[in-house]
Amino acid sequence: MKFSFSSEQEEFRTGVRRALEARSPTTEVRRLMATDAGFDREGWKKLNQELGLTAIHIPEAYGGAGFGYGELGIVLEEMGRSLLCAPFFSTAALGTTAILNAGTEEQKQALLPTIAGGETTATLAFSEDSGLTEAASVALTATRSGATFRLEGSKSFVLDGHTADLIVVLARRPGSEGDEGLSFFTVEGNAPGLDRKLLKTMDETRKLARLTFNGVEARLLGSEGGAAAPFAKTLQQVIVCLANEMVGGADRLREDALAYVQMRMQFGRSIASFQTTKNKAADMLVDVELAKSAAYYAAAALDEGDDDVPAVASLAKAAASEAYLQTAIHAVQMHGGIGFTWDNDTHLWFKRAKSSEILFGDANYHREAMMRHWATPLAV
Amino acid sequence: MTEPTEESVRAEVSAWLKDNWDPALGLVEWRLKLCESGWGAPHWPKEWYGRGLPVKFNAIVDEEFAKIGAVGVAKAGIRTLAAATILAHGTDLHKEKFLKRILTGEDTWCQLFSEPGSGSDMAGAVTRADKQGNKWVINGQKVWTTSAHKAQWGLLLARANWDVAKHKGLAYFILDMKQPGVQVHPLRQMNYHASFNQVFFTDAIVEPEFLVSDVGDGWNVATTTLMHERRGADGLRTWATASNAKGRIYEEERAEIATTMEPYKWYPQRAGRVDLVMQRAKETGKIDDPVVRQEIAKLLIMSKSAEWTARRARAAQNQGKPQGPEGSLGKLVASNVARQAARVHTYLTGADALLSGKDSPMEGVIAEILISVPASSIAGGTDEIQRNIISERVLKMPRETSVDTNKPFKDVPRNIVSS
Ligand SMILES: Cc1cc2nc3c(=O)[nH]c(=O)nc-3n(C[C@H](O)[C@H](O)[C@H](O)COP(=O)(O)OP(=O)(O)OC[C@H]3O[C@@H](n4cnc5c(N)ncnc54)[C@H](O)[C@@H]3O)c2cc1C
Repeated sequence: MKFSFSSEQEEFRTGVRRALEARSPTTEVRRLMATDAGFDREGWKKLNQELGLTAIHIPEAYGGAGFGYGELGIVLEEMGRSLLCAPFFSTAALGTTAILNAGTEEQKQALLPTIAGGETTATLAFSEDSGLTEAASVALTATRSGATFRLEGSKSFVLDGHTADLIVVLARRPGSEGDEGLSFFTVEGNAPGLDRKLLKTMDETRKLARLTFNGVEARLLGSEGGAAAPFAKTLQQVIVCLANEMVGGADRLREDALAYVQMRMQFGRSIASFQTTKNKAADMLVDVELAKSAAYYAAAALDEGDDDVPAVASLAKAAASEAYLQTAIHAVQMHGGIGFTWDNDTHLWFKRAKSSEILFGDANYHREAMMRHWATPLAV
Repeated sequence: MTEPTEESVRAEVSAWLKDNWDPALGLVEWRLKLCESGWGAPHWPKEWYGRGLPVKFNAIVDEEFAKIGAVGVAKAGIRTLAAATILAHGTDLHKEKFLKRILTGEDTWCQLFSEPGSGSDMAGAVTRADKQGNKWVINGQKVWTTSAHKAQWGLLLARANWDVAKHKGLAYFILDMKQPGVQVHPLRQMNYHASFNQVFFTDAIVEPEFLVSDVGDGWNVATTTLMHERRGADGLRTWATASNAKGRIYEEERAEIATTMEPYKWYPQRAGRVDLVMQRAKETGKIDDPVVRQEIAKLLIMSKSAEWTARRARAAQNQGKPQGPEGSLGKLVASNVARQAARVHTYLTGADALLSGKDSPMEGVIAEILISVPASSIAGGTDEIQRNIISERVLKMPRETSVDTNKPFKDVPRNIVSS
C-alpha cells in the first residue's frame, strides 16, 4: 500500500516508538555515541529480541517475520526519530538485504536465522577509499584458494564495520573490470588478516570503519562473478531504507523546533507569533511531508516489485536529502544561540541530516540516477 | 598644511616604517611605537593614538605594512568593538585607560549583551545594576559571551531602572571581569569549540567612573557597538594568520594568536571558507562535474557581488556620503554566502565529508566548516532580525506592532525558558 498504513502497521509503529522513547532518550544517545563501539551490545540484543527488529524483512523460512520494506521502513523511520545508537541499519538494511539478494538457499538457511534472532550483527562493505557506490569502483580482489577465497585490499565508510560479527564484502576477480567479475563474500568480523579501524565521523551517532584485508579467508556468497545485479538491487533497497530513516529524523527536528518556538518569548511575545517563524514552520511541514510521501511510496514500490524502483528509490533519497538538511538548518536557526550549543540536542540531528545527505550518494547524484532511468529510453 | 593624498600617505608611512620597523622588538614594545606615531590606527584622532586621517587611507597603510611584513596593532576580536564604542561615547578617562592597551593587545574584551531571556530582544536585558553608595552593584546572568574566559574587561548592558519602558532603563558599563563577583563558565558548541560562555554576576562592582552612558541612554551606546559588529560582519574582514617568519615579534604574535585569540580560531570556517573552494574543486576533480560547477558558480557570483557591495558601502563611508541601503545588507548576505559555501564544500568533498578530525580532508577544516556555518546566521543578530532592520529601517515598511515598549518594563511578559 503506497498511500496509507494498515491499522496493524500503525499499531506496530506506536509500539516501536514507545519502546525507543523509553530506551533511547538523548542522554543515552549521547552516552553511546561517545563510545568506540557506538552501541551497547547487551541492551541492543534485548531490545531487538523483544521487538523482533532484525527479523522484520527476513522471510519466515529463515527464521524471520516475513514482512516487507513497508514495515522495515516504519522501524527505520522511528529509529531516525530517536537516533537509536545500534547496528540496525548495518545489520538489517545492508547485511541482510545483500544476503537475501545474493545468497543461495543453503547460505540463507545458514546465515539469516542468527541475524533474525539477534545473535549476529552484520554489515555490507562495498565502498573503498574513493567513497563511490558504483560497483565499477571496487578494487579489492578475491583469489580462489581451494574451497575458499583470499581477499586483498581495503574497504572504507563501512557502517559498524569495526563491530559487525559478519561482514558481506563486495570484491572482484583479479584483472576484471566494471560490472564483470564481481562477487559477494562473507567474512567473520574477527577473521585473521582483517584490520578494522574506526573512523572519526562528523555524525558520532553513526559509526564508520575502514577495513584492510590482508589475505583474509572468505566464503563466496551466491554465484562467482555474478554480484553486479544483486548489488545494484541491494543499493536501491538500501537507499529507500535510508530515506525512511531520514524522514523520521526530519520530522522529529521539525516537531522539536515547533515546540521550542511556541515556548520562547522575545519582545514581549511568543517568537512563534512572528510571521517569519510561521512561514518557516509551514515550509518545514511541506518539505518533510513530501519527503515522507516519497519514502513511503518507494518502500511500497519495493514490496510490490514495481518496474521503476530504480528511479523511485533515487527520487526518495534525493528528496529526503534536501528536506532533512533544510529542516535541520531551519531547526538550528529557530532555536537561536541555544541551537548552536552542544548541550542542546538539535545538533545531534543536524549532523545526522548532514551525514545522511552524503551517505550512499547525495541529492545531485540521485537526481541524475533517477533521470537516467526515466529519461534515457526517450533519448534513443 | 596640504591635504594628504594617497602618495603622500604612502611616502610618509613607508619612510616611518623604514626607520622604525624591527622584528627583534617585543610585540607590545612595537605596538607602543605604533600608538605613539599614530600609524597603528591612522583614522583615529591625533590625541588618541591616531593621525586623524580619513579612513580610506587605512588600506594604503596596511599595504605598506604588508610589503615589509610589519606587524600591526591588535585588530581582531571584541576589543575592536570596545575601541569603537569608547571613541564614540567614552570619557577621556576611558580613552586614557583603555585605548592604548586595546591597540597593544594587552587587554582582551568581551561583549556582555545577550542573556538567557533576551537575545534578539537585547533591550530586554534583566541583569540588574543597582546603585549602592557611589558604586554600581551588578547581579544577573549573561550568555553566549564570546571570549569572556580570556577577557579583562566586559562591555555590559544592564537594567538600572525598571519603572520606565524597556529601552529607557538600560545603562552601559565597562566591567572588570577579574573580580570575585564575576564567574565565567565556558559553553561547548556543536562544533566542539567552547569560545562562548555563561557569565554570572553576584554583587559584581562597577566603579562610578566606568558608567559609559547615562542611565537611560545605555541602548543608544549599545547600538553603536552593534552597528560596528554588524558592519564588521560584511565578509571583508580577514583574520590574523600566524606568519612563520623568524624574529622575536613574530614569535610573540604567534603566541598571541594561540592564546588570547584562540576563541576566534574557527571564525574563518564559520564564514564558509570560499577561499578554499577552487583549490578543493581542482584537488577533488569536481571542477569538471557540470552540476557542481554550477553550484560553485552560484557561490562565486554571490560572494563576489557581496564583496563588491561591501566595498561600495565602504567607499561611500570613506567619501563621507550618507549610507545607502548597501550598508545594511552585508551581514545577511554574508550568512547566505556561508550557507552556500557549506553546500559547495559538501559536494566537493563527497563521502569524505562524513569524516572529521585528522582522517578527514584538510585535517578537519572541511568538517569544521559544515558544523560551524550555522553560527553565521545567529551570532551578532539573526538573519530574521537583519531582515526586520532592512525592511523597517531601510525600506521604511510598517513596523511590527510593539507589545512591550509602551509600558514600564516591570510589567512586560517575559521568558520562562532559560539556557
Ligand atoms: C557563535 C556565537 C557567538 C556569540 N557571541 C556573543 C557575544 O559575544 N556577546 C553577546 O552578547 N551575544 C553573543 N551571541 C548571542 C547572539 O547575539 C544571540 O544568540 C542572537 O542575537 C539570537 O538571540 P537568541 O539566541 O536569544 O535567540 P532568539 O532571540 O530566541 O531567537 C530565536 C529565533 O527567533 C527568531 N526571532 C526572534 N525575534 C524575532 C523577530 N522579532 N522577528 C522574527 N524572528 C525573530 C530569531 O531570528 C531566531 O530564529 C553569540 C551567539 C553565537 C551563536
